[in-house]
Amino acid sequence: MKAVVSTGLPTALTQHQRRPIKGVPPKTWIIVLAVLAAALVAVFMLIDLRGNIGYILPRRAIKVGSMILVAYAVGVSTVLFQTVTSNRILTPSIMGFDALYMLIQTGLTFAIGGQALLTMGAPARFVIEVALMVAFSFLLYRWLFTGGGKSLHLMLLVGIVFGTMFRGISSLLQRLIDPSEFIILQDLFFASFNNVDGLLLLVSALAVAAVSVLAWRMRHQLDVLSLGRETAMNLGVDHKRSVISVLIICSVLVAVSTALVGPITFFGLLVASLAYQLCSHFRHTSVLAIAVLLGIIALVGGQLVLEQVFAFDTALSIVIEFVGGIVFIALLLKGKVK
Amino acid sequence: MIHVSGVSKRYGTQTVVDDVSCYIKDGGITSIIGPNGAGKSTLLSMMSRLLDMDAGSVTIDGLDVNDTPGRELARKMAILRQDNQLTVRLTVRDLVGFGRFPHHGGRPRIEDKAYIDQALDYLDLGALADKFVDELSGGQRQRAFIAMVLAQDTDYLLLDEPLNNLDMKHAVEMMRLLRRLTDELGKTVVLVIHDINFASCYSDNIVAMREGRLVHQGAPAQIMQPEVLRDVYEIDIRIEEIEGNRIGVYFA
Repeated sequence: MKAVVSTGLPTALTQHQRRPIKGVPPKTWIIVLAVLAAALVAVFMLIDLRGNIGYILPRRAIKVGSMILVAYAVGVSTVLFQTVTSNRILTPSIMGFDALYMLIQTGLTFAIGGQALLTMGAPARFVIEVALMVAFSFLLYRWLFTGGGKSLHLMLLVGIVFGTMFRGISSLLQRLIDPSEFIILQDLFFASFNNVDGLLLLVSALAVAAVSVLAWRMRHQLDVLSLGRETAMNLGVDHKRSVISVLIICSVLVAVSTALVGPITFFGLLVASLAYQLCSHFRHTSVLAIAVLLGIIALVGGQLVLEQVFAFDTALSIVIEFVGGIVFIALLLKGKVK
Repeated sequence: MIHVSGVSKRYGTQTVVDDVSCYIKDGGITSIIGPNGAGKSTLLSMMSRLLDMDAGSVTIDGLDVNDTPGRELARKMAILRQDNQLTVRLTVRDLVGFGRFPHHGGRPRIEDKAYIDQALDYLDLGALADKFVDELSGGQRQRAFIAMVLAQDTDYLLLDEPLNNLDMKHAVEMMRLLRRLTDELGKTVVLVIHDINFASCYSDNIVAMREGRLVHQGAPAQIMQPEVLRDVYEIDIRIEEIEGNRIGVYFA
């Protein structure tokens, strides 16, 4: 009977806490990382700057802007998600959120046609997609997170099944649509930092700003929520409402990052795990700042290396997925061994 | 006063708590006893709004547990469950500080610090205040969480098996502490407990459950009777009176 309302996570996974690096206060980390991030952005903007500056600079600005926005969306959504689900292994991506977003994109193309989507323009399309995303994730995931003792393994399994199912339905629909429409869709999916639409970036930034206000107003509750469902409820936090708010925030943030660069499964896990390790304080304001800055450094730095060293030979997401995947497996294994 | 009226909980076809009603008076310790699966923890979870009830209602000082805003209720009643795992790394002082959250909503005031220090003192945690919770032993951890709900400064304290994982020394200390909380600070303590002898020695009131129903309720002297305990646990328990306490002997 105890199990019914307990936090439901296997002890091994919750007890396993990495020691943050001692002695360095979060403020120092934030300043160091902010300086590093700013330096990388500056280098990215100014390196090899020749030719038509009026053409190159705005293009680079859009690229950097989208990377910063993605780093922000992924970092914030992962940390908030892990707080309300009381675990440090599951992320929105692992739970199939970005697969759901891609399914919505495919479904829309299937329903109203690629041409209609294109003529609609990026902002309008994005708004419709985000609205659908929020609605569907609310319907699909609410039951999973608002209840008490769902085990981590059950959630992981549900995430994998959902992800696979969404991808399966997407690929079925893609086979059914007209080949020329499929090409339009493919352009949407294989978006990378190299071809982000300026207007889409603006709309995304507005959406991110809106949910950030919501998250900022919840910051104290979030600190309490990190104590676990029951302790948070004891302290008067409306757990159900908080979970639903975070679910909405995450849906919008995942939609933004997926719309801008496509799905990157393990990136969030990577920056969140690192942020917990660096941050010796539990406050969300510190953890979130560190996670976002780490994300910016990883994306801008990674893209810089990619362009300068590998000459665009490989995609940044491949590198990030490779490292992130290893971290994911390491976290799972360490949790089990201890 | 806690008023439980007609509370039920079902999982599928299984009824875990079946139409339980009772009054718990202000002040003193009330122990909920009963065999495994009797629905004790489930009842406590519903009393403290951690679990939704399928039927019935619970009011605490006239506040309906299901309708009252969480924060208001959190200033009236605290609930502590047995397995408190933390995913975050916190110092004992930070943890105890969270007890003030229902009062300040995230913006600590000067008087909150006094409550935190008082709670730390009361549980003798002064020396451990700046240690991390995950560095503590089981008993110390338990005390840290009790200090948190103490800092919450509520009239009602609900505890689910607070003696779980505690050795004899710490179990006795815990019960003495709860006694002090009721005698010195006038709190009302409700706890789920397995050891009937602890219940007998320390409570003012015992509620006995079996198969989801409330089967007996009364002072320890009324409940600590062979026929009553036989009805609850379905085993023969001899009752001896030792230094004015009624002790059940069931080991052989």
